[in-house]
Amino acid sequence: MIKPNTLRTAVLAGLTSLALGQTAVANTQAPIKVGIMLPFSGVYGALGDATRNGMKMALQEKASELHGRKIEYIEIDTEARPERAPEISSSLLNNSKADFIVGPVHSGVAMGMMKVLRGKDTVMIVPNAGAGPVTGPLCAPNVFRTSFSSWQPSYPMGKVALDKGYKKVVTMSWNYGMGKESLDAFEESFTAGGGEILKKILVPFPKTEFQAYLSEIASIEPDAVFVFFAGGGAVKFIKDYDALGLSGKIPLLGSGFLTEGTLEAQGKAAEGVMTTLHYADSLDNEINNRFRASYKEQFGKASDIYAVQGYDTGLMIASAINRLGGDIEDQQALIKALEETRVNSPRGEFTFSAAHNPVQNIYLRTVENGENKVIEVAAPALADPARGCKL
Amino acid sequence: MTTSLFLVQLINGLQYGLLLFLIASGLTLVFGVMGILNLAHGSMYMVGAYLVWYFFEHTGSFGLSALISAVIALLVGVFMERTLIRQLYRRNHLDQVLLTIGMIFVFNALQSILWGNDPLGVAVPPSLSGAIPMTDVLEYPIYRIFVALLCVLIAGVMYFMINKTRLGMLIRAGESNREMVECLGIDIRKLYTIVFAIGVMLAAVAGVAAAPMSSIVPGMGEHILITCFVVVVIGGMGSIKGAFVAALLVGLVDTFASVMVPQLSSMMIYILMAFILLIKPQGLFSS
Repeated sequence: MIKPNTLRTAVLAGLTSLALGQTAVANTQAPIKVGIMLPFSGVYGALGDATRNGMKMALQEKASELHGRKIEYIEIDTEARPERAPEISSSLLNNSKADFIVGPVHSGVAMGMMKVLRGKDTVMIVPNAGAGPVTGPLCAPNVFRTSFSSWQPSYPMGKVALDKGYKKVVTMSWNYGMGKESLDAFEESFTAGGGEILKKILVPFPKTEFQAYLSEIASIEPDAVFVFFAGGGAVKFIKDYDALGLSGKIPLLGSGFLTEGTLEAQGKAAEGVMTTLHYADSLDNEINNRFRASYKEQFGKASDIYAVQGYDTGLMIASAINRLGGDIEDQQALIKALEETRVNSPRGEFTFSAAHNPVQNIYLRTVENGENKVIEVAAPALADPARGCKL
Repeated sequence: MTTSLFLVQLINGLQYGLLLFLIASGLTLVFGVMGILNLAHGSMYMVGAYLVWYFFEHTGSFGLSALISAVIALLVGVFMERTLIRQLYRRNHLDQVLLTIGMIFVFNALQSILWGNDPLGVAVPPSLSGAIPMTDVLEYPIYRIFVALLCVLIAGVMYFMINKTRLGMLIRAGESNREMVECLGIDIRKLYTIVFAIGVMLAAVAGVAAAPMSSIVPGMGEHILITCFVVVVIGGMGSIKGAFVAALLVGLVDTFASVMVPQLSSMMIYILMAFILLIKPQGLFSS
């Protein structure tokens, strides 16, 4: 006679083996889970949308190269709030068992994600946040970045400024990670070449009352001004700079985010502003032209750099799945495949550094008729120095 | 700091302060007369900026767009008071906070659905687009001077209205004794509707005026709301005169702190507030 206890054990065992059996099958046929941690509301909402659209577009285009694996997306709105990042990350890691976790836009959120995801059994791919530590002191085998390090877009501008004959410069940005890292990178190449920083102005984030600072800059009369601002702050800054009569008298230089996605709102005030960045909408190559046309057709609005970075993230994931024949269970092999990826990006082909950050061209652009026109490659195949990274 | 730079910064501070007054005046008016703490006030500033952008895109005339935006804001104010705010008069401040915070979310969602999340901008109207040279390098844009003067004008009109007209008399009476006003046969509900709608319109007009010199972005209302509360608290809750003095103080302190003690600049207005509350716990001109 079977005791109830034994019976229960037997049933449980049966169920467990059944469940296990299913998982074993699932490993090769179940969808690949891509967790998305992006801001879909608030100040960075537009950036999150564009990144997601770009990534899905790439994975859609490459659907035939995924060896039959379907992609399942789990999307979570980070609201660009760093304090929420650890909780969402661990939910995607432990509950959803995401194979890839793509995010975020905001550097603060990136640091929160790193805390939870470094060295874990998933691959984190950063499609925007430029925080230096992600591919610097905190770099990890399972963490990649498809965008840029904050050092990259700003470093080449130091040399550009010297070539233009600017010797004394005032720098200015918000007092937060990305801003300070951008100013430091500019200062590094600018002072190495003999330039002098007359004053470094750090504005409390997210304050946009710039008039007092600009009045001070006007009284200092530097050869040029280098700034980091983005989004709404960039619009306000450019408008104030022009309204107070500084444009045309003191050349304005910046990290490219100063004039990304903001030109329409900035209007005539942005004409002549020079920036360095790893992309420009007007880049004339076949992939970029095709990408822009196809994005516009699918989503009904013009693509931007965030869409490109999302697109490249999708390309990278697709390429690794393809090369592993659809089996991404072995994390070592997956990381190796990702490291070796050459991304045929709309920004031009790029590879990855040992620290998992793109090795990419940085372009010098100037605003002409409401568009970022590429003047030249300011720094070809530029790699982040990845200070403090042991990979 | 040279004299000319000092003067420029003085103008910067006054101009910023006057704009702050325009936004804060509606907040303090509604609180003073109706006892309603409207946290969605900043949202109306945002709505004003988005409305003027929207109509400017369609009409090409800034003046016309500003007028339409102000009228719409007035109607929105009437609607809000009649449907939502009216439920709050006999309730405590916590209920008011809950409802008006909820309204912030509603307005933010509407903004995102109607106008998207990209930063937007409105060009300065051509008739006001010149600038006055101040130093070799610096100019002062005529539009910003115009906005400052507009704020002074509105402050003057408000002063006249509250102190010299029948409506103002009712407002002052309602502030001090609501029941007595009702006993005298005045329809206090109508008065409240008018006051609330004017408060909303003032915030929206500030948004309209600020639009050409700032960026129109999601969340712009919440950011300005905090500064406005500092102004209202320093001035004394409910006091228009207090809001005027406090706005100028905050504008000047913030401007000079930015360049003189940059490390402390984000704290300075709060330090000012704490300092004033220590001496006058009810604010400068509490009613």
